[in-house]
Amino acid sequence: MLIATPQTMCFDAPLLLQSGASIHGYSLSYETYGTLNADKSNAVLVCHALNASHHVAGVYEGQDKSEGWWDNMIGPGKSVDTNKFFVIGVNNLGSCFGSTGPMHTHPDTGKVYGADFPVVTVEDWVNAQARLLDALGIQTLAAVLGGSLGGMQALSWTLQYPERMRHAVVVASAPNLTAENIAFNEVARRAIVTDPDFHGGHFYEHGVIPKRGLRIARMIGHITYLSDDVMNEKFGRELKDAVLASANGYKYSTQDVEFQIESYLRYQGDKFAEYFDANTYLLITRALDYFDPAKAYGGDLSQALARTRAKFLLVSFTTDWRFSPKRSREVVKALLDNKREVSYAEIDAPHGHDAFLLDDARYMSVMRSYFDSIPKGLEVTA
Amino acid sequence: MTDLNTLHAIASLVPQGSRVLDLGCGDGAMLDYLQRERGCSGYGVELDDANVLACVKRGVNVLQLNLDQGLTVFEDASFDVVLQIDTLQHLRNAETMLRETARVGRVGIVAFPNFAHWPNRLSILQGRMPVTKRLPYQWYDTPNIRVGTHADLAVLAQRNGLRVLDSFGLQDGHTVRMWPNLRAGTSVYKLAR
Repeated sequence: MLIATPQTMCFDAPLLLQSGASIHGYSLSYETYGTLNADKSNAVLVCHALNASHHVAGVYEGQDKSEGWWDNMIGPGKSVDTNKFFVIGVNNLGSCFGSTGPMHTHPDTGKVYGADFPVVTVEDWVNAQARLLDALGIQTLAAVLGGSLGGMQALSWTLQYPERMRHAVVVASAPNLTAENIAFNEVARRAIVTDPDFHGGHFYEHGVIPKRGLRIARMIGHITYLSDDVMNEKFGRELKDAVLASANGYKYSTQDVEFQIESYLRYQGDKFAEYFDANTYLLITRALDYFDPAKAYGGDLSQALARTRAKFLLVSFTTDWRFSPKRSREVVKALLDNKREVSYAEIDAPHGHDAFLLDDARYMSVMRSYFDSIPKGLEVTA
Repeated sequence: MTDLNTLHAIASLVPQGSRVLDLGCGDGAMLDYLQRERGCSGYGVELDDANVLACVKRGVNVLQLNLDQGLTVFEDASFDVVLQIDTLQHLRNAETMLRETARVGRVGIVAFPNFAHWPNRLSILQGRMPVTKRLPYQWYDTPNIRVGTHADLAVLAQRNGLRVLDSFGLQDGHTVRMWPNLRAGTSVYKLAR
């Protein structure tokens, strides 16, 4: 069993953010797995999505159930083989899992950031990750790998640091969010912001947590990560046992939990509200909304991707309607227009967006084969 | 159509260093060969999961796309050569795909089973659909939904305003230039707009 050890790197120098603001005296939590080879050419950076962290693989000492969020993909002998690669997981700025975020103290004011935490973008995260690599003495990455929002970071890496990476593996992602996607994020944000316990984002000093808002945000998010088919298969119209026992078939109540799907969503919401930070949720969904590398090129993604040098693997899932295959194909097309090396797998999986975190033999084999084909050596393709 | 002689015969039509798109690239053997032996680069398009995986294993760029949904991701004349080896006969929109092949590539190379090959004719004369090494399926389970002959493709090419740069048959790995419509199990066309 791979034992993971979280580490922290502190950065005193200010990091200029895309908004024009800057942040200094911050720290990043990270974990590494495997061994960096002598010429430092086998490093793989893993970027995380909304509800994940630097704890990508392995378990913590003495905690059997503490598997990393991509433990099925990454580890000794796994698709991304830590016997071959030196894998780095890093928690992004603004997160609530270790790196400096809204619940931490501003080094100048001594007060908790709360809503004053600067708005961070995908590009800012990538810059912060690059600084971590500098500190670790790694100039060039064998690959940057990410799913969903993590895939956006991998894509952004190919634009911000084309000379520092050889491969980009972008899973269940998109070149930007559609209006519908931004709309879902906005519903989640409104749920949080309108919770009376939110206090304009400064709820820490009131000793409360806007749990109602977080629960609803998670519920709507969860719906969009699944497919209609999977939800029907898993829950259908099943009723809770207590309801089944009632004489008239239903309870004829508007407020009781009667369907299994209601119960499941409430459970997911409750669980999430226990550990996730409300300001982090706002920050991360905003970073998703803003990401749009084509914006600076009048919406022309092909022009935007002209500066990429990496070799790409893109993977999408047929039933993913939040980050649909169509969006991955847009990236494929833009790469083709630039004559870049790219492979694209469209996995016929039933699980919706969640599929990128689940075991699927075809998905895992494609990932394994791609990483197996990554040659050793530092050359970046011209 | 995996035998090496056939692969070499078709590969020899692809100029050195070409940028190649292989539609229905199978396990990527052709692209792999063209990359290694003829300095070519490019992509394969494939629908089947196992074939996509085989391509990734070989280090051949592969795009998992359904050809029946068109070639919209590819710009006009963005490839030197577009290959369509044993693909046309599986497509619902075979005619559109032939046009698309010539749009996307400066040269299109199409190979498909020639239904007018003499053993097939013989079988039909006996009143039965042919089952041969080249066409190993029964009529009720064949994936070859477009059944055409060497002569038929010439007509279809003309109908779509495509120039035939070269055409011949392939049989047992050998080029057949005399009476290919009768003597060859495989028909090969080199086309351009």
